[in-house]
Amino acid sequence: MGKHVLLIEDEPNIIEAIRFILSRDGWQVDTHSDGMTAFDRVGALRPDIVILDVMLPGRSGFDILRDIRADPELCALPVLMLTAKGQVKDREMAERMGVSRFMAKPFSNTEVLSSVRELTGG
Amino acid sequence: MISFDLLVAICLVYVIFLFGVAFWAERRAARGQGGWLRSPAIYTLSLSVYCTAWTFYGAVGYAARSGLEFVTIYLGPTLILVGWWWTLRKLVRIAKTQRITSIADLVSSRYGKSNMLGVIVTLIAVVGTTPYIALQLQSVTLSFAVFAPDGVGPWRPTDLDSAALTVAVGLALFTVLFGTRNLDANERHHGVVTAIAVEAVVKLVALLAVGIFVVWGIAGGASAVLERIDTSGLSEMPILPGRWMALTFLAAAAILTLPRMFQVLVVENEDERHLATASWAFPAYLFLMSLFVVPIAVVGLAEMPAGSNPDLFVLTLPMAHGREGLATLAFLGGFSSATSMVIVAAIALSTMVSNHIVMPLFLHLTRSGATISGDVRKLVLRARRVSIGAVLFLGYLYYRLTGGSEALAAIGLISFAGVAQVLPALLGAVLWRGATRTGAITGLVAGFVVWAYTLFLPSFGEGAVMGARLLAEGPWGIGWLRPQALFGMAGLDPLVHAVVFSMAANVLVFVLVSLFDFPSPMERLQGAQFVNVFEHSTAAQGWSQGRAEAEDLLLMAQRILGAEDAQSLFQRAAVAQGLQGYLPEITPEFLQSLERILAGSVGAATAHAMVGQIVGRSSVSVEDLMRVADETAQMMEYSSQLEAKSEELARTARQLREANEKLTELSVQKDAFLSQISHELRTPMTSIRAFSEILMTGADLSSGEFRNYSRIIHEESLRLTRLLDDLLDLSVLENGQVTLNAQPVMLHDLIERAVVATARLQGGQGLMIHRDPEAERVELVTDGDRLSQVFINLISNAQKYCDAGAPELTIRVCRTDSAVAIDFIDNGSGIPQKSQAIIFEKFARLSDPRSAGGAGLGLAICREIMVRLGGSIVYLSAQGGAAFRLTLPLSLAEAA
Repeated sequence: MGKHVLLIEDEPNIIEAIRFILSRDGWQVDTHSDGMTAFDRVGALRPDIVILDVMLPGRSGFDILRDIRADPELCALPVLMLTAKGQVKDREMAERMGVSRFMAKPFSNTEVLSSVRELTGG
Repeated sequence: MISFDLLVAICLVYVIFLFGVAFWAERRAARGQGGWLRSPAIYTLSLSVYCTAWTFYGAVGYAARSGLEFVTIYLGPTLILVGWWWTLRKLVRIAKTQRITSIADLVSSRYGKSNMLGVIVTLIAVVGTTPYIALQLQSVTLSFAVFAPDGVGPWRPTDLDSAALTVAVGLALFTVLFGTRNLDANERHHGVVTAIAVEAVVKLVALLAVGIFVVWGIAGGASAVLERIDTSGLSEMPILPGRWMALTFLAAAAILTLPRMFQVLVVENEDERHLATASWAFPAYLFLMSLFVVPIAVVGLAEMPAGSNPDLFVLTLPMAHGREGLATLAFLGGFSSATSMVIVAAIALSTMVSNHIVMPLFLHLTRSGATISGDVRKLVLRARRVSIGAVLFLGYLYYRLTGGSEALAAIGLISFAGVAQVLPALLGAVLWRGATRTGAITGLVAGFVVWAYTLFLPSFGEGAVMGARLLAEGPWGIGWLRPQALFGMAGLDPLVHAVVFSMAANVLVFVLVSLFDFPSPMERLQGAQFVNVFEHSTAAQGWSQGRAEAEDLLLMAQRILGAEDAQSLFQRAAVAQGLQGYLPEITPEFLQSLERILAGSVGAATAHAMVGQIVGRSSVSVEDLMRVADETAQMMEYSSQLEAKSEELARTARQLREANEKLTELSVQKDAFLSQISHELRTPMTSIRAFSEILMTGADLSSGEFRNYSRIIHEESLRLTRLLDDLLDLSVLENGQVTLNAQPVMLHDLIERAVVATARLQGGQGLMIHRDPEAERVELVTDGDRLSQVFINLISNAQKYCDAGAPELTIRVCRTDSAVAIDFIDNGSGIPQKSQAIIFEKFARLSDPRSAGGAGLGLAICREIMVRLGGSIVYLSAQGGAAFRLTLPLSLAEAA
């Protein structure tokens, strides 16, 4: 059971925070901040879990999630979605698209960590 | 040789036979047994009064003189009956609903029940018909003369005159007997019509018999006749298009406007559907009547001695071949043609004369006596009888005066042209709502005067009425007024000339005056009812509230309709109203129907006046009509108001819909805005929370990490504060609550302040700023703090987003009379074309937030400030980098 996470996020400070939290728990953290190329990166890296922001430059997190769920090889990949737009309709939309878990920013560090663990079966 | 006595006896027997037929038909009709009397066949045959002695004898003469031109006389009616069938039906429908008694009544009734028009049409009809009656008398006497051996024995000219007088008196007697039995013109003259139908058969049979005798008895068969026609002069006679057209037009007009034709075609019509039969059957009758005209003319010209009158070939050819029986039959045919025309014409004319001249005069004279005294019914009948006598006497007089000097055809055509003057007013009456009374009167008079001047008066011959000089040189030597060459149109056939000018004058005056005239309310009402008779066959004009006594009305009605008819009429009305007695409630509807029934006896205008006398007003007052018109106008206005209301409602609904759409859009915008703010607030808060939790857990951090994370928390807090400041600033600016502090300032100082402030923010490195201090020496009256806020924004944008290796910003100032333009142009890659439109919107941050600390509100704030300062900010494209131009009035007060 690997501990490989791909963080797709464009806010440098948030990237820094999550990287710190997860790497201290022994995770290998890769980051990607461009929406357009994010899906290809997922396919290339084959991480154990994807942490996905919604508001990304180039392409929205929802579109990337849809592509992941449509891909036969990636459809079972756990996706933790983080968004600063914590509105109900965003949550519903993410759930309709098959998100594994949906969390609003600002999040609690322990919650993110435990969610990543749970979703990867740890 | 048939003796004079025998001929007279034959005539007498024939006349007695006709009396018998008429009497028998009346009896049958009265008993309600004469179903077939009302058949379309009888109706069609009665139309044959069109074929007078002129047609019977004259057509052959006409053909002998002018070739095929006589055909036009049959062509006109055929065209009308086949092609104008719907107009005839309209006339019949109008005549029935309005109880029209004559053509004068129709015209008068249509144009606001104007008696003046009634009188004019009556006079035209009398003037136009009198020569025609004379023509019939002449034809009878001439046909008598044919049987006289060379003017000897009992056949002296005086005898001919006395024969004409005898015929006239006999016809008057017959007409009085059968034409004035009923007062109500709508109760048809069954006796007369049946007798006319019999005569129609007699004349057709006679003419066909003569024709057959001539073709097979004299000429030797059809092919021989055709050969003779080819070799005769007839075939070489030219066809003159002008005359053909004029004659066809006249004949067509005649069938509509000749009083006798209107009588049989419209007034005596039993059923509209009979027109359908007549529309083919009558042209067929005309065809048969014209079939042998050319053969008789050709054979007559060849067989008869030179100089014999071709008008009488129909008689003289059988005579010359010793066929006295056939000649007698032909004589009876001609006699029938003449008598039927005279009888019907006399009925029609007498109705017109009595209704439009005698009765109005009588009413006028007795107006002083509040109600009508004496038996009006008797008076009307007497007026009609006297009129019949007068009409026939006039005809006789004309015959004596002209003394048979004219060819038969010429007289007929002059009459046609005269009576045709009624045509524009008649057609206008049923087809054009815009036609007015004044238009009709002036048109009629103009046409009639031109007709009299160009055709009628000259027809008496040079020197008779018009001098030779007048004809040759015009009145007072004015050449273009010569009667037979108006406006110098010399060389035209006199008939064509007269028809063209009289009809042109008539139509032109009628149309022009109608267009410029304002019709009275009554005319409007009648016009609508006539023109749209098929839409509303029930009427709507007339009496409003009357204080008429029912008894007075009954008394009057009895005088006109007779006691029995009037009483039963009133009783029926009472029963219809659900009343017990024999007098109905005097409702406007009752008055209307009564007036219409009376109109059938005495004409619409007279009936209107009579009812008016009893109802207590001499006529429907102008005020009444205006009120009716007002009500109509009010209703129209009301409905147009309703229309406007519903339009307004639709408009309001549309506005509401638009407002709703706008609100929805605003709501969407608000949601988007809130969502944006939420995002912008949560993002720094996320970092702050995450790092503060990291710090709180007391994890073993390096001192570098510790400082770095503390710095991030600090930076993100500042970002939050800045965002909140911007939001508040924008909100204040957008709501217009900002207080501007306008003071004289130097542009240079403001730019300097902004440059210093931004340099401090960035630590004084990076962006190179080019300025022109001289150009910046512009004194402004404005809010200096706000303006330098804009400058700071633009300079810091250049600092953040200019992507050149060595970023530079040029600040250019350009002053005009009342304004100043300040350009900020950097040397970066600029803003993409597609994004230029949105950069001034809120949260329109284009790049990713790593390089930009703002929330995307800067330019939105700049725009708001510039608007408040009376200026503007625009993006200048194609300047080599990002380029903004500020425009500002030199003084804020000037802009305000």
